[in-house]
Amino acid sequence: MTVNELAKSLSLTSLTGELPAREITGVYAGDLLSRAMGKIGEGNLWITIMTNKNVVAVAELGDPAAILFAEGAVPMPDALEAAKETGVPLLSSEKSTYELCLAIGRLLTGTP
Amino acid sequence: MSEAIRFHFDVDGENFSSAGEASVTVKKKLRQLGYPPDIIRKVAIAMYEGEINMVIHAHGGDADVTVGEDEITIVLRDDGPGIPDVALAMQEGYSTAKDQIRALGFGAGMGLPNMKKNTDSLQIDTKVGAGTTVTMKVFL
Repeated sequence: MTVNELAKSLSLTSLTGELPAREITGVYAGDLLSRAMGKIGEGNLWITIMTNKNVVAVAELGDPAAILFAEGAVPMPDALEAAKETGVPLLSSEKSTYELCLAIGRLLTGTP
Repeated sequence: MSEAIRFHFDVDGENFSSAGEASVTVKKKLRQLGYPPDIIRKVAIAMYEGEINMVIHAHGGDADVTVGEDEITIVLRDDGPGIPDVALAMQEGYSTAKDQIRALGFGAGMGLPNMKKNTDSLQIDTKVGAGTTVTMKVFL
Protein backbone atom coordinates (compact mmCIF):
# COMPACT_ATOMS: atom_id res chain seq x y z
CA MET A 1 0.00 0.00 0.00
CA THR A 2 1.26 3.45 -0.88
CA VAL A 3 1.21 6.65 1.16
CA ASN A 4 -1.54 8.27 -0.90
CA GLU A 5 -3.68 5.11 -0.81
CA LEU A 6 -3.31 4.86 2.95
CA ALA A 7 -4.23 8.51 3.44
CA LYS A 8 -7.35 8.00 1.37
CA SER A 9 -8.39 4.78 3.10
CA LEU A 10 -8.03 6.21 6.60
CA SER A 11 -9.09 9.79 5.77
CA LEU A 12 -5.75 11.17 6.92
CA THR A 13 -5.05 14.85 6.42
CA SER A 14 -1.98 15.76 4.41
CA LEU A 15 -0.05 18.69 5.86
CA THR A 16 2.41 18.86 2.99
CA GLY A 17 0.21 18.91 -0.07
CA GLU A 18 0.14 16.16 -2.64
CA LEU A 19 1.16 12.75 -1.36
CA PRO A 20 3.58 10.42 -3.09
CA ALA A 21 2.73 6.96 -4.38
CA ARG A 22 5.61 5.55 -2.31
CA GLU A 23 5.14 2.03 -0.98
CA ILE A 24 4.87 1.69 2.81
CA THR A 25 7.28 -1.02 3.91
CA GLY A 26 6.13 -1.20 7.52
CA VAL A 27 5.16 0.91 10.52
CA TYR A 28 7.10 2.31 13.44
CA ALA A 29 5.15 3.89 16.28
CA GLY A 30 7.00 5.77 19.01
CA ASP A 31 7.97 9.14 20.35
CA LEU A 32 11.46 8.79 21.74
CA LEU A 33 13.58 10.22 18.98
CA SER A 34 16.71 8.33 20.02
CA ARG A 35 14.80 5.09 19.69
CA ALA A 36 13.00 6.10 16.55
CA MET A 37 16.09 7.03 14.57
CA GLY A 38 17.55 3.58 15.00
CA LYS A 39 14.31 1.71 14.50
CA ILE A 40 12.57 3.41 11.60
CA GLY A 41 13.14 1.30 8.54
CA GLU A 42 13.43 2.77 5.09
CA GLY A 43 9.97 3.38 3.68
CA ASN A 44 8.22 2.89 7.03
CA LEU A 45 5.30 4.95 8.18
CA TRP A 46 6.32 6.66 11.43
CA ILE A 47 3.49 7.39 13.83
CA THR A 48 4.30 9.91 16.56
CA ILE A 49 2.89 12.70 18.67
CA MET A 50 6.18 14.63 18.80
CA THR A 51 5.89 17.85 16.85
CA ASN A 52 9.26 19.61 17.07
CA LYS A 53 11.64 20.20 14.21
CA ASN A 54 13.96 17.42 15.38
CA VAL A 55 11.33 14.93 14.22
CA VAL A 56 12.09 15.94 10.64
CA ALA A 57 15.85 15.54 11.17
CA VAL A 58 15.29 12.06 12.62
CA ALA A 59 13.08 11.29 9.65
CA GLU A 60 15.86 12.35 7.31
CA LEU A 61 18.13 9.79 8.94
CA GLY A 62 15.60 6.96 8.93
CA ASP A 63 13.99 7.81 5.59
CA PRO A 64 10.36 6.91 6.37
CA ALA A 65 7.73 7.04 3.62
CA ALA A 66 5.76 9.52 5.74
CA ILE A 67 5.27 10.82 9.27
CA LEU A 68 1.79 10.47 10.72
CA PHE A 69 0.91 12.69 13.67
CA ALA A 70 -1.58 10.94 15.94
CA GLU A 71 -4.08 12.44 18.40
CA GLY A 72 -4.40 15.55 16.28
CA ALA A 73 -0.84 16.62 17.14
CA VAL A 74 0.16 19.60 15.02
CA PRO A 75 3.78 20.01 13.94
CA MET A 76 5.51 23.25 14.90
CA PRO A 77 5.79 25.79 12.06
CA ASP A 78 9.56 25.23 11.71
CA ALA A 79 9.00 21.47 11.55
CA LEU A 80 6.44 21.91 8.80
CA GLU A 81 8.79 24.17 6.89
CA ALA A 82 11.68 21.70 7.27
CA ALA A 83 9.47 18.85 6.07
CA LYS A 84 8.50 20.78 2.97
CA GLU A 85 12.17 21.50 2.28
CA THR A 86 13.29 17.91 2.73
CA GLY A 87 10.25 16.41 1.05
CA VAL A 88 9.10 14.08 3.83
CA PRO A 89 5.30 13.88 3.70
CA LEU A 90 3.42 14.78 6.89
CA LEU A 91 0.01 13.32 7.69
CA SER A 92 -2.30 13.94 10.57
CA SER A 93 -5.17 12.15 12.27
CA GLU A 94 -7.36 12.70 15.34
CA LYS A 95 -7.10 8.98 16.13
CA SER A 96 -4.75 7.64 18.79
CA THR A 97 -1.55 5.80 17.96
CA TYR A 98 -3.21 2.52 18.97
CA GLU A 99 -6.28 3.12 16.83
CA LEU A 100 -4.11 4.02 13.86
CA CYS A 101 -1.89 0.95 14.27
CA LEU A 102 -4.97 -1.24 14.48
CA ALA A 103 -6.55 0.28 11.39
CA ILE A 104 -3.33 0.15 9.38
CA GLY A 105 -2.68 -3.42 10.48
CA ARG A 106 -6.13 -4.41 9.21
CA LEU A 107 -5.51 -2.66 5.92
CA LEU A 108 -2.06 -4.11 5.36
CA THR A 109 -3.02 -7.65 6.28
CA GLY A 110 -6.44 -7.53 4.64
CA THR A 111 -8.20 -8.37 7.93
CA PRO A 112 -11.77 -7.05 8.08
CA MET B 1 45.26 5.37 -3.92
CA SER B 2 42.48 7.95 -3.70
CA GLU B 3 42.70 10.87 -1.28
CA ALA B 4 40.53 10.78 1.85
CA ILE B 5 37.48 13.04 1.69
CA ARG B 6 37.06 15.36 4.65
CA PHE B 7 34.12 17.33 6.00
CA HIS B 8 34.19 19.85 8.81
CA PHE B 9 31.22 21.25 10.69
CA ASP B 10 30.66 23.70 13.51
CA VAL B 11 27.88 22.41 15.71
CA ASP B 12 25.82 25.31 17.02
CA GLY B 13 25.08 24.77 20.70
CA GLU B 14 22.51 27.53 20.94
CA ASN B 15 20.04 26.26 18.41
CA PHE B 16 18.55 22.95 19.43
CA SER B 17 16.06 22.83 16.60
CA SER B 18 18.81 22.85 13.97
CA ALA B 19 20.74 20.05 15.71
CA GLY B 20 21.40 17.24 13.30
CA GLU B 21 22.20 19.38 10.28
CA ALA B 22 25.79 18.15 10.10
CA SER B 23 24.69 14.49 10.23
CA VAL B 24 22.04 15.00 7.59
CA THR B 25 24.62 16.73 5.37
CA VAL B 26 27.04 13.83 5.82
CA LYS B 27 24.29 11.36 5.00
CA LYS B 28 23.54 13.19 1.76
CA LYS B 29 27.22 13.40 0.80
CA LEU B 30 27.79 9.70 1.44
CA ARG B 31 24.72 8.89 -0.61
CA GLN B 32 26.08 10.99 -3.47
CA LEU B 33 29.38 9.16 -3.16
CA GLY B 34 27.53 5.88 -3.56
CA TYR B 35 28.18 4.21 -0.19
CA PRO B 36 25.88 1.31 0.81
CA PRO B 37 22.72 2.32 2.69
CA ASP B 38 23.59 0.31 5.82
CA ILE B 39 26.95 2.08 6.14
CA ILE B 40 25.32 5.48 5.60
CA ARG B 41 22.67 4.69 8.18
CA LYS B 42 25.23 3.69 10.82
CA VAL B 43 27.36 6.78 10.24
CA ALA B 44 24.36 9.11 10.23
CA ILE B 45 22.80 7.70 13.40
CA ALA B 46 26.07 7.61 15.35
CA MET B 47 26.95 11.13 14.29
CA TYR B 48 23.47 12.48 14.97
CA GLU B 49 23.52 11.09 18.51
CA GLY B 50 26.91 12.67 19.06
CA GLU B 51 25.76 15.97 17.64
CA ILE B 52 22.68 15.98 19.86
CA ASN B 53 24.86 15.19 22.88
CA MET B 54 27.11 18.14 22.10
CA VAL B 55 24.11 20.45 21.84
CA ILE B 56 22.38 19.12 24.97
CA HIS B 57 25.40 18.89 27.24
CA ALA B 58 28.29 20.90 25.87
CA HIS B 59 27.00 24.08 24.14
CA GLY B 60 28.05 22.70 20.78
CA GLY B 61 31.46 22.00 19.36
CA ASP B 62 32.83 20.83 16.06
CA ALA B 63 32.78 17.70 13.97
CA ASP B 64 35.21 16.22 11.46
CA VAL B 65 34.32 13.37 9.18
CA THR B 66 37.01 11.63 7.17
CA VAL B 67 36.04 9.18 4.49
CA GLY B 68 39.01 6.94 3.84
CA GLU B 69 39.49 3.86 1.77
CA ASP B 70 38.78 1.36 4.57
CA GLU B 71 36.85 3.36 7.13
CA ILE B 72 34.81 6.45 7.88
CA THR B 73 36.03 8.33 10.93
CA ILE B 74 33.89 10.79 12.86
CA VAL B 75 35.57 13.03 15.44
CA LEU B 76 33.34 15.17 17.66
CA ARG B 77 35.03 17.74 19.88
CA ASP B 78 33.59 19.99 22.54
CA ASP B 79 34.82 22.03 25.47
CA GLY B 80 31.81 21.20 27.61
CA PRO B 81 31.66 19.86 31.16
CA GLY B 82 33.16 16.45 30.37
CA ILE B 83 31.74 13.06 31.42
CA PRO B 84 32.53 12.21 35.07
CA ASP B 85 31.73 8.49 34.75
CA VAL B 86 31.99 7.14 31.22
CA ALA B 87 30.96 3.59 32.17
CA LEU B 88 27.77 4.93 33.71
CA ALA B 89 27.09 7.19 30.73
CA MET B 90 27.45 4.18 28.43
CA GLN B 91 24.57 2.39 30.19
CA GLU B 92 21.34 2.31 28.25
CA GLY B 93 18.75 4.48 29.95
CA TYR B 94 21.19 6.58 31.96
CA SER B 95 20.80 10.26 31.19
CA THR B 96 21.50 13.60 32.82
CA ALA B 97 19.41 15.52 30.28
CA LYS B 98 16.99 18.09 31.67
CA ASP B 99 13.19 17.72 31.53
CA GLN B 100 13.02 20.37 28.81
CA ILE B 101 15.19 18.15 26.58
CA ARG B 102 13.23 15.03 27.47
CA ALA B 103 10.02 16.79 26.45
CA LEU B 104 11.50 17.03 22.96
CA GLY B 105 11.92 13.27 22.76
CA PHE B 106 15.60 13.10 23.70
CA GLY B 107 17.42 12.26 26.91
CA ALA B 108 16.35 8.63 26.86
CA GLY B 109 19.85 7.51 27.71
CA MET B 110 20.27 5.97 24.29
CA GLY B 111 22.82 8.35 22.82
CA LEU B 112 26.14 6.73 23.68
CA PRO B 113 24.73 3.16 23.45
CA ASN B 114 23.41 4.00 19.96
CA MET B 115 26.80 5.40 19.01
CA LYS B 116 28.53 2.23 20.19
CA LYS B 117 25.99 -0.02 18.49
CA ASN B 118 26.32 1.70 15.12
CA THR B 119 30.09 1.96 14.95
CA ASP B 120 32.99 -0.49 14.82
CA SER B 121 35.04 1.51 17.27
CA LEU B 122 34.18 4.22 19.78
CA GLN B 123 36.74 6.10 21.81
CA ILE B 124 35.84 8.71 24.40
CA ASP B 125 38.49 11.10 25.70
CA THR B 126 36.99 13.26 28.36
CA LYS B 127 38.10 15.49 31.19
CA VAL B 128 35.70 17.02 33.69
CA GLY B 129 35.60 20.77 33.22
CA ALA B 130 37.65 20.64 30.02
CA GLY B 131 35.64 18.82 27.38
CA THR B 132 35.11 15.64 25.48
CA THR B 133 36.40 14.21 22.22
CA VAL B 134 34.54 11.26 20.75
CA THR B 135 36.18 9.31 17.94
CA MET B 136 34.06 6.81 16.05
CA LYS B 137 34.96 4.56 13.15
CA VAL B 138 32.77 2.65 10.76
CA PHE B 139 34.68 0.11 8.68
CA LEU B 140 33.90 -0.11 5.01
